[in-house]
Amino acid sequence: MSEFKSGSNLEKVLRAGHFAFTGECGPPTGANVEALKKKAAYLKGMVDAVNITDNQTAVVRMPSWAASLIVMQEGVEPNFQMVCRDRNRLAAQSDVLGIYAHGIRNMLCLSGDHQKFGNHPDAKNVYDIDSMQLIHTVKTMRDEGKFLNGQDIDVPPKIFIGAASNPFAEPFEYRVHRLAKKIAAGADFVQTQCIYNMDRFREFMKQAVDMGLHEKCYILPGVTPMKSVGMALYMSRSVPGMDVPEDLIKRLRGAGKGKVAEEGIRFALEQIEEFKEMEGVAGVHLMAIEWEHRVPEIAERAGMLPRPSV
Amino acid sequence: MIIAEAKPNSELLEMVSDCSKVLVVGCKGCVTVCNVGGAKEVGVLAATLKIARRRQGRTIAVDEVTLERQCDPEYVDEIKDRIGDYDAVISIACGVGPQFLSERYPSARVFPGVNTKFMGGAVAHGVWEERCAGCGQCVIHNFGGICPIARCSKSLQNGPCGGSDHGKCEISKDVDCIWDVIVRKMMSQGRLDELLKFRPPKSWTTSRDGGPRKMIREELRI
Amino acid sequence: MDEFTPRIVAFCCSNCAAAAATIADGLQHVLPENVKIIQVPCTGRIEVLHLLKPFEEGADGVYVAGCQEDSCRYTSGISKAARRVAHVQKILEEIAIEPERIAVFNVSAGMGHAFTEIAREMTRKVREIGPIQA
Repeated sequence: MSEFKSGSNLEKVLRAGHFAFTGECGPPTGANVEALKKKAAYLKGMVDAVNITDNQTAVVRMPSWAASLIVMQEGVEPNFQMVCRDRNRLAAQSDVLGIYAHGIRNMLCLSGDHQKFGNHPDAKNVYDIDSMQLIHTVKTMRDEGKFLNGQDIDVPPKIFIGAASNPFAEPFEYRVHRLAKKIAAGADFVQTQCIYNMDRFREFMKQAVDMGLHEKCYILPGVTPMKSVGMALYMSRSVPGMDVPEDLIKRLRGAGKGKVAEEGIRFALEQIEEFKEMEGVAGVHLMAIEWEHRVPEIAERAGMLPRPSV
Repeated sequence: MIIAEAKPNSELLEMVSDCSKVLVVGCKGCVTVCNVGGAKEVGVLAATLKIARRRQGRTIAVDEVTLERQCDPEYVDEIKDRIGDYDAVISIACGVGPQFLSERYPSARVFPGVNTKFMGGAVAHGVWEERCAGCGQCVIHNFGGICPIARCSKSLQNGPCGGSDHGKCEISKDVDCIWDVIVRKMMSQGRLDELLKFRPPKSWTTSRDGGPRKMIREELRI
Repeated sequence: MDEFTPRIVAFCCSNCAAAAATIADGLQHVLPENVKIIQVPCTGRIEVLHLLKPFEEGADGVYVAGCQEDSCRYTSGISKAARRVAHVQKILEEIAIEPERIAVFNVSAGMGHAFTEIAREMTRKVREIGPIQA
C-alpha cells in the first residue's frame, strides 16, 4: 500500500524527515537538448528534485513538461512548474494528466509573471484560474478523482503539490495568511522566493510556526547565491517583491575584486546552516540561476551530500 | 461610462483619403463626457480634416452632426435622409456607434474615429481609470467593494501575487497593486477572515468567454 | 518674386497683452499688418477648435499671447492655453503640418516692445516655414 500522496523522491525524502534540497533548471530558449542534459548532469545526485520552470519571466522556452521528461531520462527528478498565465482550466487539467502519465510526480503551481515583462508583450494572457485555484484543482483531481466540473477521472494523477510563497512582498502582514490559504487549498510543500533578509524571514517563519503551518506543509526557503554586486543591485531595484538588505550589498562590495561570487556563496552557505536549525524549515530550494555547474560545490560545502536514498 | 481615445489624425486621414464628402458623427453619451466624441470634438475633427486637405492641395467637404446617442436606433435614424450624400461617415462614438450606423445604413462606408478603451470613470480632470470588466457576475462585495477582475493585472481572485511591490503592481510602478488595496481595506474594516476564504474558479460564461452577449427584458418589450 | 507674407492670427489676453499693445502703440512700435489680433478676456477660454479655425480659414500661423505663468490674471488661464496649444501642435503633426506654426508667448502689461517683437518673430518664423498650402 502507498501511504504517499505521490511517491515522488522529494515526498519520500521529506516524509522520512531528511532536510530536503531542491534545485532549479530553466529549459533552453530553443530545442537544445544537449544544453539541457548538461545542466541536468550538474544537478544529478546533488539535489532531491529539480524545478523545471515554465516560460519563466514570460519568455518562450521549451515547455516545462518536455524539459521535465528530458531531465527525468537523465536521472534527475523533476518538479514540473505550471503557470496560470498561459493555460485555461482545460489545458491545465489536461497537462496534469499528461505529466503524470509520463511519470512526473511533483508539480509547482504558480500564477506566472505577467507577459508584459517577457519577449511576447503583445500576447493575450489567460488567468482563467489563479495559482490558489490551480492548487485546489490538482488536489481535487488527486484526492477526489474529479475534474473541476465534478466529472470522475479515469485513473487520477497522484501529484505532490507545491506552491510558491513570497514572504517579502507587500502587504507583509498578509503574506503568512496567504501561505495558510495555499496550504488549506492543498499545497503539500512550499518553496519561497529567494531569501536575503534573514531578519524578516525569521519573523515570517515564527508566524508560520505559531499558526502550525509547518505541521501541515513542508516549507523550503529559497536561496540564490549572489554572483556579483550588479546582480544584488538588480535584484534589489528591479525584481518586484525582492528584499535585499543594504548590509548584504555592503558585504559583497567589501569582498574585493574577483571575490564577490565567493562571498555570495559564503552568505548562501550561512543561510543554509541557519535554515537547518530553524524551526519549521523542512529543506532548502537552491535557485542557482544559470549557475548549475556550481551546484555540486555548493551542495558539498553545505554538507548536503550525499543525498539520502529513500 | 465607456472611455475612448481619439485615433491619430494621420490614421483617419488615411482612412478617408479617397473621399471628398465626409460626415463626422458624434454622440452625446459617454464619449461627450470623456471629451472625445461630443459636438466639440466633432468640430475639431472636421476642422482638422479640412486643414489637412488644404495642405495637400485638395478639398474635402466635412459636415458635422452629434446624435443624442448612437447606441439607440431611433437616434441613428435621424440621419437617414442625409447619409446617402456622403462618401464616408466617421463615427466618434464608442465601438457600438459605428456598428449601429453600418447596420442601419448597409451601403454607407463607416469608419471608427476613436479607440474604445474601457469602462471606467474620471479620477481627476483628464484622467480616467478602468473599474469594470463587464464579467456579468459582480463579486466586488467579496473584495471590499473593489474589483480584482478588472483591476488586478492577472484578475486574481485569491491574490495578491508575489509581484506586489510596495503597493505597486509588477507590470509598472505607475499601476497600483489592487490586491494591496483590497487587503488593507479589509484589514481596516476588521474583515480579513473573509479574504482568507478560498474563492473557487469563476464561471466566465457570463463574460465575453461565453460568446457574444445579449439581454432581453420581456417587461420592456413592445 | 515677392516675399511671402504669412497670415497670422494672434489671440491676446486683454489683461496683459492688449495693455502691452496699447503701450506699444504709444511708443509707435507698429504691429506688422499681417498679424490679426483677437482680444480675449482670458486665454484660458480659448478652445482647441478656436485655435484650429484660423488654419481652416487659411492662416499660416497662430499664436496665443497671455500672462506670465506666475502672474496670470485668472491664476491658471495661460497654463491651460499652453496645454491646448500643445494639443493643437500634436494634431498638426499628425496631419503633416509643422507644429511650429502655433506657439504661446508670455507677456506682461508693461512689455510694449516685447509685444510687437513677438509678432515680428512669429512672422519671421512662419515665413521661414513657408505657406501652409501646397
